[in-house]
Amino acid sequence: MSEQHLIEVKNLCKYFPAGKKRTLKAVDNVSLFIRPGETLGLVGESGCGKTTCGRTILKLYNQTSGQIFFEGKEISHLKGKELLQFKKNAQMIFQDPYSSLDPRMTIAEIIAEGMTVHMHLSDKEKQERVSELLATVGLTEDYANRFAHELSGGQRQRIGIARALAVEPKFIVCDEPISALDVSIQAQIVNLLIKLQHDKNLTYLFISHDLSMVRHISDRVGIMYLGSLVELGTSQQIFGQALHPYTKALISAIPEADPDSEKTRQRVKLEGEVPSPINPPPGCRFRPRCPYATEQCAQEMPALEEVEPGRFVACHFWRDIAKA
Amino acid sequence: MENKEKILEVKDLRVSFNTYAGEVRAVRGVDFDLHQGETLCFVGESGCGKTVTSKAILRLLQPPFATIKEGSQILFRGEDVLQMDKKRLRNYRGNDVSMIFQDPMTSLNPTMTCGKQIMESLLLHKNMTKAQAREEAIHTLELVKIPDAAKRMDDYPHQMSGGMRQRVMIAIALSCSPHILIADEPTTALDVTIQAQIIDLLRELRDQLNTAIILVTHDLGVVANFADRIQVMYAGQVIERGSVREIFYEAKHPYTWALLSSVPTLDKSNKQELYTLKGTPPDLILPLEHCPFAARCEYCMPICKETMPPETVLSDTHKVSCWLQHPNAPKVQSYYDRKAAE
Amino acid sequence: MEMDKIPSEKFQIIGADEAKADAIARPRVSYLQDVWRRFRQNKMALIALIILTILIVMVLIGPAISGYEFEEVDKTARNMGPSASHWFGTDKLGRDLFARVWQGGRVSILIGLVGALVSAVIGCLYGGIAAYFGGIVDDVMMRILEVIISIPYLIVVILLSVVLESKSVGTLILAMTIAGWCQTARLVRGQMLSLKSQEYVLAAQALGVSPWRIILKHMLPNTLSVILVSVTFDIPNYIFSEAFLSYVGLGIQPPNTSWGALCSMAQTTFTFYPYQLFFPALMIALTMLSFTLLGDGLRDALDPRLRK
Repeated sequence: MSEQHLIEVKNLCKYFPAGKKRTLKAVDNVSLFIRPGETLGLVGESGCGKTTCGRTILKLYNQTSGQIFFEGKEISHLKGKELLQFKKNAQMIFQDPYSSLDPRMTIAEIIAEGMTVHMHLSDKEKQERVSELLATVGLTEDYANRFAHELSGGQRQRIGIARALAVEPKFIVCDEPISALDVSIQAQIVNLLIKLQHDKNLTYLFISHDLSMVRHISDRVGIMYLGSLVELGTSQQIFGQALHPYTKALISAIPEADPDSEKTRQRVKLEGEVPSPINPPPGCRFRPRCPYATEQCAQEMPALEEVEPGRFVACHFWRDIAKA
Repeated sequence: MENKEKILEVKDLRVSFNTYAGEVRAVRGVDFDLHQGETLCFVGESGCGKTVTSKAILRLLQPPFATIKEGSQILFRGEDVLQMDKKRLRNYRGNDVSMIFQDPMTSLNPTMTCGKQIMESLLLHKNMTKAQAREEAIHTLELVKIPDAAKRMDDYPHQMSGGMRQRVMIAIALSCSPHILIADEPTTALDVTIQAQIIDLLRELRDQLNTAIILVTHDLGVVANFADRIQVMYAGQVIERGSVREIFYEAKHPYTWALLSSVPTLDKSNKQELYTLKGTPPDLILPLEHCPFAARCEYCMPICKETMPPETVLSDTHKVSCWLQHPNAPKVQSYYDRKAAE
Repeated sequence: MEMDKIPSEKFQIIGADEAKADAIARPRVSYLQDVWRRFRQNKMALIALIILTILIVMVLIGPAISGYEFEEVDKTARNMGPSASHWFGTDKLGRDLFARVWQGGRVSILIGLVGALVSAVIGCLYGGIAAYFGGIVDDVMMRILEVIISIPYLIVVILLSVVLESKSVGTLILAMTIAGWCQTARLVRGQMLSLKSQEYVLAAQALGVSPWRIILKHMLPNTLSVILVSVTFDIPNYIFSEAFLSYVGLGIQPPNTSWGALCSMAQTTFTFYPYQLFFPALMIALTMLSFTLLGDGLRDALDPRLRK
């Protein structure tokens, strides 16, 4: 079964010490898989652990417990050459186009860095590949000798994509690649990512807090809340009929560029804010903000339950909520 | 709207930054009025001059690095803001006009409790005793719907979440009941669910306090349910302005169409290619004697690369600067035609 | 505007010009050009730089143009005031002070430069390693550093000169740098800790770049401005420390000399021959002031936050 999964994560936990013997449960018991060539969208509010999850999968952090498989092979204990090989295959695109490019390096140096580590190319070959990659992300060769601060946000993000592509990865974690950009530029980046996926058969884990863009790029979507997955399913399932109350609220919070429909639109309003992951409430994590919460929710934490093949939800009352 | 008092009038505002590479003309002749209790939105991409314009209203730009050009006028109830002396200016900021910023983390002082920061402006502007100021501060915190306001007074900013901090920022801005509140991308740094809360809060406060609001944003989606009038800015100029309905349903400028198309909608199918606006806005160091949008405009005509388009008046409120409005210009498929065809 | 006179062929849709829509308008300005541009605006720093250049040139050629050897004793010309033949006068052994001041300057400035460079290099490596590896490594390294800082350096100097049985320039530099790098190490560690959380460092880790390469290629270049400023502030400190040690007799031994040693010699007869004290003291003051002003200017010029 794991043959057809490029990435498989089983019961992944990542805790950080938070002083005084307390732990911050950034990622708590997350299981998911991604098939080759597909995009899994991972959505949640800030502090829900989606970024930590992405970074742990790439082994930028060591997991506290759980397993990560890449092409069917456990990667937790990889070292040396094998680890390097994994890093070549799995790359990352970062959120902040301003801090993710070294201000003292030229664009060419930034893009070529991965090639120096993983490929043995002559300077001339490197130069050619840099121009090639710049063209791939829609920029001209003139940019090669510029510095990052001379570029606009969207252009920088394209450089970040070129840097990741330079080592010819199979899998890319896109960590909020568009949230720091103007709406008008976001679509440029999303289209570029879709095109690259098509041309190079890439697999993405697309992390974002913006559901509307995730919908466009993802085949399947996972919703995270306070370190746990609360719902997982195909794009159509999640956006067609969300089961978890949190997902419903997220979808209804998306603003629409239409004053008339905005006026008449029924919103699932969420009161309050995400509690701190250091002291998560007992029982269901979403309970304090959930309009449907009962005593049972305070007592036991709902498990992620497969409601139909490939569709998961973690809520005691999803049936009742779906009926209502 | 017309019978309400006109409280702010900006005429031919020009702002330049002096940099090593030359003069960057960030705002190039912006004019607009603001009436009591209304919401005006500046919409545009980063670097279009919307933030600089709003900072100029408060005279927050630092000379000699930034200069407001001769001939610019900013009138607050007929009083020239650019001529105010230091004392009047201090009073004007905070008491008459106040501002909230994009990042609630960096705009609050981390070493002071939230309550103290609200009281600070009250003590400065309102001649209150400490006890009165504290009372008033708690009242303001309740106004922005912070639960347990009296207890939260003694919290430091780092003990609060992003949404809470933005509420505190709003509370500070509103503490002296200003006539105008300038909100510079107040929701950009926040999560979607919190964004909706903050916009709702701003709307309620506007109706309750009759404050005029200038909202600066790059996301047209945010303003649909909030703005009264919108002005779309590009390269330091207002290229189209109108009421909410005029901008959303009758926009005439290709750039406004592009902004409308780039708001993601939930009705498009999966992996469908999104509409994109190609390229980046022009560097404002360039003189730009023709339409600044020409290089990115899919309807660009030779005239667009030669002369600046004049402002065409379509209604009392709706004005657009685009050569497509010229009688000789061809009819083009608008955003609405395209949307209807889909 | 004569609207109606515009010919109709000007109204044909030609579409967007993609190449132009993404072009960069500004000329390229390299980092160094940018720094130099900002440095030039600081007049005080510029004057300091000129004074330092003159001082260094004089230190290099001064002893030669004086026409005397710095250790040449002339019993017929003892304690002579400044004159055409001895520009700065002579000392109690009749040695030409002009030659001696510049010769002493060689030693003083050499100690300043070498001391500051040595402590910068050690400090960078130590601070860089502590910051990059963090955790327990960082803890242990920082505790060691605190112990070293807590030892008064006078004791170190005295002990070293006794143990090594020498009072050469080398011993002096060794004694002063043994604790001198600690401040730099702290500074570098602080800067690097903040760089470590930058996403470009994370990006390099994701690419599998080795820790050494990350420190050398990403973290050091981005710390360089901080280091450079700290070196310029360190140089006058070393010069002053040397002067102080020589003044109390622990430093440079005759017949070799330094500015501090010259001052020490002159102070016994200071009331009769004030010029013997004046010239070396003036040089110490000028050098220290210039380096401090230069450091100020550099800090402003290199600070990326001021970059616009």
